[in-house]
Amino acid sequence: MTFELSHFTAAVVFAACASTVFGITQRNNTRDMLRYGAYCFVMFVGGVIVASWAMWLLKH
Amino acid sequence: MANVQNTTTAGAPAAKSGASTTSTMAILAPLAGWLLPGLGHFIQRRWIRGLLLMLAVFVMFFAGLGMQGKVYPFNTGDLLDILGFVGDIGAGLLYFVARAMDWGGGNIQRAVADYGTKFIVVAGLLNIVSAADAYHIAIGKKP
Repeated sequence: MTFELSHFTAAVVFAACASTVFGITQRNNTRDMLRYGAYCFVMFVGGVIVASWAMWLLKH
Repeated sequence: MANVQNTTTAGAPAAKSGASTTSTMAILAPLAGWLLPGLGHFIQRRWIRGLLLMLAVFVMFFAGLGMQGKVYPFNTGDLLDILGFVGDIGAGLLYFVARAMDWGGGNIQRAVADYGTKFIVVAGLLNIVSAADAYHIAIGKKP
């Protein structure tokens, strides 16, 4: 089974999985886990968007 | 005074037994967690955490395979290949199953296959983090 993911979808899947693990393992209570997981997710996806705009600006 | 003595003598074996259980779990939990993602949390009754960790590692690993990522075999060649193997083997049984089934041959003609290779490596690394978390729960460092 093979499938084709776009760059952005791959980045979102990566961010979701990594954030889940980071949230659970790096914090001690449920509320903090959720907050840290969401923070990591936003940082991952936000980083991708910022980097992609930076590359677009460099090209143009 | 007698009461105090009774308490201490009766408490000592119980404390020793508790310590022994903890030390057994401290070995068992990370090992189980490495072998099957989330199992280290399941055996300590952290059901939801275990399930989420298992889901995250499985999704990442199989998404990597689906993107035709490469599963690194044991090697002593290029440093990056050795590190790729170290990352991959972090996925425990998933790695051995993938190798046994001859999955993860890689495909250099597809750009997304390179992402897949990274997904598989990161799945293994995240599983190591999960196993370390199971250990911290076992030794009482984390609730």
